[in-house]
Amino acid sequence: MGKTLAEKVWDDHVVVKGEDGAPDLIYIDLHLVHEVTSPQAFDGLRQAGRGLRRTDLTVATEDHNTPTLDIDKPIQDPTSRKQIETLRQNAAEFGVRIHSLGDKEQGIVHLVGPQLGLTLPGVTVVCGDSHTSTHGAFGAMAFGIGTSEVEHVMATQTLPLKPFKTMAINVEGELRPGVTAKDIILAVIAKIGTGGGAGYVFEYRGSAIRSLSIEGRMTICNMSIEAGARAGMVAPDETTFAYVKDKPHAPKGADWDAALEYWKTLPTDDDAVFDAEIFIDASELEPFVTWGTNPGQGVSLSGEVPAPESFHDPTDRAAAERALEYMDLKPGTRLKDIAVDTVFIGSCTNSRMEDLTAAAEIIRGRKKADGVRVLVVPGSARVRLEAEAAGLDKVFTDFGAEWRFAGCSMCLGMNPDQLAPGERCASTSNRNFEGRQGKGGRTHLVSPLVAAATAIRGTLSSPWDLEAAEAELVKDGVA
Amino acid sequence: MEKISTLTGPIVPLERSNVDTDQIIPAVFLKRVTKTGYDDALFHSWRQDPAFVLNQEPYRHGGILVVGNDFGTGSSREHAVWALRDFGITAVLGPRFGEIFRGNAGKQGLLVGKITEEATEALWAVARANPGEPVTVDLEARTATAAGVSHPFEIDDYTRWRLLEGLDDIALTLRDEAAISAFEAKRPSWMPTTQDRTPQARTQGAS
Ligand code: SF4
Repeated sequence: MGKTLAEKVWDDHVVVKGEDGAPDLIYIDLHLVHEVTSPQAFDGLRQAGRGLRRTDLTVATEDHNTPTLDIDKPIQDPTSRKQIETLRQNAAEFGVRIHSLGDKEQGIVHLVGPQLGLTLPGVTVVCGDSHTSTHGAFGAMAFGIGTSEVEHVMATQTLPLKPFKTMAINVEGELRPGVTAKDIILAVIAKIGTGGGAGYVFEYRGSAIRSLSIEGRMTICNMSIEAGARAGMVAPDETTFAYVKDKPHAPKGADWDAALEYWKTLPTDDDAVFDAEIFIDASELEPFVTWGTNPGQGVSLSGEVPAPESFHDPTDRAAAERALEYMDLKPGTRLKDIAVDTVFIGSCTNSRMEDLTAAAEIIRGRKKADGVRVLVVPGSARVRLEAEAAGLDKVFTDFGAEWRFAGCSMCLGMNPDQLAPGERCASTSNRNFEGRQGKGGRTHLVSPLVAAATAIRGTLSSPWDLEAAEAELVKDGVA
Repeated sequence: MEKISTLTGPIVPLERSNVDTDQIIPAVFLKRVTKTGYDDALFHSWRQDPAFVLNQEPYRHGGILVVGNDFGTGSSREHAVWALRDFGITAVLGPRFGEIFRGNAGKQGLLVGKITEEATEALWAVARANPGEPVTVDLEARTATAAGVSHPFEIDDYTRWRLLEGLDDIALTLRDEAAISAFEAKRPSWMPTTQDRTPQARTQGAS
């Protein structure tokens, strides 16, 4: 019997095979580090008198706490400043490469690996952060770990792990214009629920996935964790190879040829069997939006806020009731009638060039709705520079948006970018948990296109609504 | 982790039951960036009271904590173990413990032994009669001996073995060091490196 992509990568990283139900010892090719989950791990090494085994496979960046304004000034919040200073000291002491605030490669940890060409097909990647699943877009096995595991990887470059089950997520057909990778993954999570992927590694397959760019695939893999999966992967193909080639740390010369030869053996064999499988018809998808307080509580933007009674499962019904109360929404409300206070374009889900370009195309030459705050936060300093070179910053600021420096920002509000209590936000991030973007804040997860259209109209909207509105104007002879 | 075979220290009598980890260390101390230096945080609110046992000599520098039923219940915070260890507590003896706390303790080299309620009372009585009286915890024999009386304690075989050997998870993995090195020796050179890549032309000669 053939093997799946996930099984191939796993098997090629077994250092010691576990006997009698013991875990396998798995080698880790790349360890990404940030300021929040690393201090106790470094301290653990110090206490035990251990070194960091492979500094050449470890890279650190500052992202969760970093301000997106005045980055040349000292960080105001003392706890944030302390966490970042601690990371800098630890990196210096243990010899870890670090990309600090102000550095061209600084940014959200899940943008840093790919943009440097460190995230490669067929490698294992870990980070003390659940959205490490992002890196699976390259055909890597990538997952988030806890602080004791961070220390374990630092000391041994391995992790004892039990094998995962595999689930194929087949997405066939062509996406309609205005529908994006974000809508695919929100639809997947709405279909299987926030726990549906528990114990699995997903492999996203099918023509709709193949036709996505690497950045779109990253958006999808990023949110695998929101369906409970440990990791999400896409088999590497020509799109992947073209993206990786010529990145600063990508293999060169003979190394590149050897890598390419290996990467081409990675896709799942035709006769491999998945433990579970689901199917999605991409051509039926519409722009998607969440109405509740977990990422599985989403519907098509053309729909309505559901009634709790429409859920058969009593736990789902109770969750919906609580969510509607928190979100201050009434069943039956058309999603398009929901007005927002803030639009956030950013986070490791949607803050890359493709996302910013797509949003900029929608808003170019227009003005944002009155009273709506629009925050655009590129995921990394490099993305910010590239966007500026392409003139996108000007498009955003002309529109009335705030163009910020790179970091996690309002995705979780560990820095000053937060929602005020009761504020409602259309956000391109990945979690709509209560208080995630600020105490009492209300989050609707959307794609960059929906975020842009919403910023124009002031209510949850997709590019389709802009076209419809313009067609109306033409019909009335206004335009 | 250091190997443990016997531990000797003053009996520190904490004559209370249902001490949850919020009491052992309040949430406000979880914002810190270190895994050490939590000695001031241990039992923070109770220590505001000068009469609290840990504020008394000879208990100010730790020893072997003898506790009532259901110690270490509640939140999973590993900080509770760190705080006890930082204060100088080398072992905790009592009749019943929170499961997560016991697991965390085992990972961090803090010996947690289950003794009977009678043994608990007996050790408290010894401390009351003679503050500072030592107890010797023998991990090999699984006994706690004070004032000439030995009490058996329970600890699971796997944790006992790891403590005797001084093995934490990392130390266990490092037993496979040779396998890790062998694996590393075979990793292809195209694998990621955060160091600058030397162009092939220079290392292999232009061909
Ligand atoms: S952007 Fe958000 S989800 Fe991504 S790493 Fe930062 S905080 Fe986590």
